[in-house]
Amino acid sequence: MTSTPLAAPRATPRSISGKRPLSRAGSILLLFLGGVLTLAPFYFMFIFATHPRQEIFSLPPPTWFGHDLTNNYDSLLSRMPFWRNLWNSLYLAVLTTATTLFFCTLGGYAFAMYEFKGKSWLFGLLLATLLIPSTLNIVPFALIMQALGWIDTPRALWIPGMANAFGIFLMRQYIGSAIPRELVEAARIDGATEFTTFRKVIVPLTGPAMATLGLVTFVQSWNGFLGPLIIFRSAETYTAPLALRTLQGIANTDWGALMCGVALTVVPLLILFAFASRRLIDGLTSGALKG
Amino acid sequence: MTAPPAKLTPTPPIPKVGGWDNFQRKYAPYIFISPFFLLFFVFGLFPIIFNAYLSVHEWQPGSGLGDMKFVGLRNFTDNLTDPTFWLSLKNTAILAVESGLPQHLIAIPLAFAINMGLKRAQSFITAIYFLPYITSVVAISVIFFTLFSWQYGVLNAALNSLHHIPILGVLFPADKINWLGERSFVQPSIAMVIVWRYVGWNMLLYLSGLQAIPGELYEAAAVDGATRSEQFRFITLPLLRPTIFLAVTLSLIGGFQLFEEPFILTNGGGGVGQAGLTTIMYMFRTYNAYSDAGLAAAMAWLLFIVIGALTLVNNFAFGRSGTGSNEAAK
Repeated sequence: MTSTPLAAPRATPRSISGKRPLSRAGSILLLFLGGVLTLAPFYFMFIFATHPRQEIFSLPPPTWFGHDLTNNYDSLLSRMPFWRNLWNSLYLAVLTTATTLFFCTLGGYAFAMYEFKGKSWLFGLLLATLLIPSTLNIVPFALIMQALGWIDTPRALWIPGMANAFGIFLMRQYIGSAIPRELVEAARIDGATEFTTFRKVIVPLTGPAMATLGLVTFVQSWNGFLGPLIIFRSAETYTAPLALRTLQGIANTDWGALMCGVALTVVPLLILFAFASRRLIDGLTSGALKG
Repeated sequence: MTAPPAKLTPTPPIPKVGGWDNFQRKYAPYIFISPFFLLFFVFGLFPIIFNAYLSVHEWQPGSGLGDMKFVGLRNFTDNLTDPTFWLSLKNTAILAVESGLPQHLIAIPLAFAINMGLKRAQSFITAIYFLPYITSVVAISVIFFTLFSWQYGVLNAALNSLHHIPILGVLFPADKINWLGERSFVQPSIAMVIVWRYVGWNMLLYLSGLQAIPGELYEAAAVDGATRSEQFRFITLPLLRPTIFLAVTLSLIGGFQLFEEPFILTNGGGGVGQAGLTTIMYMFRTYNAYSDAGLAAAMAWLLFIVIGALTLVNNFAFGRSGTGSNEAAK
């Protein structure tokens, strides 16, 4: 097993093919075109958020900012309790992230630092659960939450996933490679209980891995759709994506207002991404690369 | 939490209370991993068993549990004789291919392009390409919904201006395309959104696959007089194969579980002629709108079987040769 996530051995720094100026120019052109196509929808999201409906759907379509941002914003607030919905999203994402970090670090610590009977078998079982497609879960999930009376409550979404296989695996890899066992032994000799060791020795040293797992969890919760669609049933409990979806459904949708709301839900993640893109990308792809 | 600075000396050693100390030491790891297994049994394993149980019963979720009626395999035969189920499966397969294939055909050249000598800008470029993946599907679908607009959409406007470029213009359509409003364009439109969303993710997989190939291999091959295309054929391709296998498997499994993009782009309804109705969407509708939990549960198993079979076929076709050549190269 490689130690740190994604520490793939780099090829030699000077690229062999890079010596050809023509292929290099072609590469830049290709990546530039792809980049423009990737960013264009985001660009139009911001543009449309500043135009009224009739301008968005006119010929030619607007390509620069308009003057109706505040009108769109007011219209958005008159159609749905937007800040309430955004708060619901934030509340759910923060709670999911906090509990996931705690339980996955705890589980990862146990798998990384202890020898116990059945360990490899249990770890194999944990990894195997990653392979089960969610297909079989959707209908029973709805029914179980109904039976538990958890419909319309956020705990229906944060409790089931708080100790998940991906997170435990990620934390185990990090703790196993980054924290020397002697530290744990030393804490034990000092008379610390196992949980105290976890709290005082392990947690302070897992910062980077926690940041990765935390970001991934936050983003996935913030963007979640199918789960909230099953659980939340009223405008007051909707998360922001869900609420925006209902706005799209009605006749004569106010597209300017809708775009304004969409932009407001996307911007927090863009800011987060601007500061932590490397870590977030590593975390999101590490499951695939290691699994 | 905030300890007074005077108490910097290590905490006095706790006297060993034999029983508790041994107990907590011995069972700590089990306690630490128990949340995962408890939650998995309640919210992971139990639902699957429950789903199996449901699939052989007729039951409307609105009525009590006592109203469950054993019907044997009828839910399965009902599904298999339901033309809409087959339509949804066909749609899913078409969408999985239409969205899956281009992802890789675009992502591989892009990964090569970065690897070719833009390594310094690598993190900046990958960050841009990765943006769609961290954006919510609702946001993406709403944005594309407007871009796809028939008369006034940006996409048609862009295609139209490309059409007026001399010579190259013939490659682009002269007429406006009714993207989400015409049966034959519903699937390509949905696929386009999915491709847009996942290209960056796949590109990253391929890039790390490419960068895991040691440069010495190319140098040795060049010394031996191998041309560039020979290097590609005999070094890059075989060594990239495990990555291709992994990426294709992931998009295959993901493709057959498509729900969010088609659901939102077709306003939950499946679109013109139900062309955007995927199996998960149909299952959701069977449960949610038709209130037939048993039928929906059976549908989940049928889809599960399809996904499992495809994964096996994929494993058989690419998996073994992939790992084989990987080992040969070591």
